[in-house]
Amino acid sequence: MSAATAERTGSRNRLTSGQLPRYATLYTLAASIVVAAAIMGLMGFNWIGLAALSALIYLIAITVLSSVVENRRRATDRFIRGLVTVFFILALLPLISTLWTVVSKGIGVMSWSFISTSGGQSHIDPKTLELVTPQGALQAIVGTLEITGLATLFSVPIGLLTAIYLVEYAAPTFWLRRVVNFLVDVMTGIPSIVAGLFAFSLFTLLMGPKAFSGLSAAVALSVLMIPTVVRSSEEMLRLVPADLREAAYALGVTKFVTIVRIVIPTAIAGIATGITLAIARVIGETAPIFMAASFTDSFNANPFSGAMQTLPVMSYTGYKFPGQDIELSNNLAWGAALLLVIIVVILNLIARLVAMIFAPKTGR
Amino acid sequence: MSKNVNVKNLNVYYSDFLAVEGVSMDIAARSVTAFIGPSGCGKSTLLRTLNRMHEVIPGAHVEGQVLIDGDDLYGPGVDPVTVRRQIGMVFQRANPFPTMSIKDNVLAGVRLNNKRISRSDAEALVEKSLRGANLWNEVKDRLDKPGQGLSGGQQQRLCIARAIAVEPQILLMDEPCSALDPISTLAVEDLINELKDTYTVVIVTHNMQQAARISDKTAFFNIAGTGKPGKLIEYANTTEIFNNPTVKATEDYVSGRFG
Ligand SMILES: Nc1ncnc2c1ncn2[C@@H]1O[C@H](COP(=O)(O)OP(=O)(O)OP(=O)(O)O)[C@@H](O)[C@H]1O
Ligand SMILES: [Mg+2]
Repeated sequence: MSAATAERTGSRNRLTSGQLPRYATLYTLAASIVVAAAIMGLMGFNWIGLAALSALIYLIAITVLSSVVENRRRATDRFIRGLVTVFFILALLPLISTLWTVVSKGIGVMSWSFISTSGGQSHIDPKTLELVTPQGALQAIVGTLEITGLATLFSVPIGLLTAIYLVEYAAPTFWLRRVVNFLVDVMTGIPSIVAGLFAFSLFTLLMGPKAFSGLSAAVALSVLMIPTVVRSSEEMLRLVPADLREAAYALGVTKFVTIVRIVIPTAIAGIATGITLAIARVIGETAPIFMAASFTDSFNANPFSGAMQTLPVMSYTGYKFPGQDIELSNNLAWGAALLLVIIVVILNLIARLVAMIFAPKTGR
Repeated sequence: MSKNVNVKNLNVYYSDFLAVEGVSMDIAARSVTAFIGPSGCGKSTLLRTLNRMHEVIPGAHVEGQVLIDGDDLYGPGVDPVTVRRQIGMVFQRANPFPTMSIKDNVLAGVRLNNKRISRSDAEALVEKSLRGANLWNEVKDRLDKPGQGLSGGQQQRLCIARAIAVEPQILLMDEPCSALDPISTLAVEDLINELKDTYTVVIVTHNMQQAARISDKTAFFNIAGTGKPGKLIEYANTTEIFNNPTVKATEDYVSGRFG
């Protein structure tokens, strides 16, 4: 048997089987596109048709090729791989298209003065005696940040403490836990317009008619945010192994200190990510803010009284209730939309950063 | 500062499942007691009742008495937190705190209980505890690195260091060596030998030689079948359990003829 253990020379390695060349996928894809383009040339060219046809030809070609040269398992693998990629691209398309539209249409009005001045009443320039209307988004940026900031301030303590109650304190069968769980589920399903109505009528009852304010909008957003914060924090707290809690208890550490010093620090990266995503989710809300804080072109940084503008509402009103210069109003709307997207991207980056900073270290 | 433990007619439940039935035993101060027995016979469960860790699990409760130097552990008005400060525990699976450095892990018991400790005292305590757990030489250059960066066996010794840093009077160990190599195991056994001068040690182990090597007394537990409660079969001096046990089941178990 000594010969069997030495490397076999002369004959083929018996462990190999038929294999397509290394870049077969790429060649096939290129060929598919060429064939598809040729067919399109006969039928009349369009981009969507080309993409769809190439994908179809590629899927058929790679499967047939692979099942001839390789084996059935590999052919199936290549087919499924191709299919998954196609659907992935399909899912990505609307996203890219939206992003492209927002950026290309919004970039036109984007300038420092757009960010740093606020809109307001038209007035007559004393020098040129022309009617000028200041154009800017400062009031909307400030409004967005203040309203979402306040909403976060309300939702995070309530949401986090509720999650802590559910995970750490309530016994699984305790009635209050079921009630809280049920209510959170119901809140998750509340349409945002209902939240807006709730805040609006609440403040109307408290302050009288026309009680538009940033605070009221923040309350509406909190109603939407709290359930998300509860659910995401709950999930993160549950991921903390029971072992760690027991280790702390066994040292004679109280339950409260265990939660504050062991459980929350262990879960903080996930909790912070969840909160940031919840913020990103409500920052784009339009309807409830429109109801609760109304809209305005003038600058108002006081969240406790008076109408307040936010970016999504600015975008909406720019289209729905354009000023004299319809073209300009529409452009401003796109500018506001772009600003909103930028803020959301920044928030997501912050979420990643926070998760990175807080993540438990495992390095040596 | 070491204390003795008297268990009297203890029944241990998970909700309405009786896991351990009718255990009575006296554990002397400054001794090492080993719990042996087949898997699922309730060794961990019984061990966890000795520092009231059992009730952390929802629905878990006990009947009967556990006396620590005559004081009833389950008497009305006993605060489990106070109890656990005096009765430390090392778990089967290493569980260092992931957010803390090696040093902070060792100091966790002191710090989290809001005791003030000066810098130099803290450093001395860290060194003493880590030396006690035979880990000092391996980690002395990276005390500020995360505890989870250690190997499994090192993590377990870190947990032992963490448990002895609070200087408990009784130390409960649930299979502390099941993830350790022979050298670390030997180190832990040496440590237990030293600890017994000051502490009362109760250790659960599946390693018969280990029980024979380190313990003064051994308790053999057994279970009649699945769903039945575990019971204390025989409790005597270790030499007796291993050399001439009075019960047939004990003899079968320690000689490996358990079927
Ligand atoms: N959290 C729990 N809830 C319900 N039953 C449990 C729980 N933990 C353990 N039990 C049951 O209690 C009995 C004793 O378990 P225990 O963990 O004490 O066994 P053990 O002797 O430590 O076993 P091993 O040697 O495998 O660690 C088993 O029947 C087990 O299924
Ligand atoms: Mg066990």
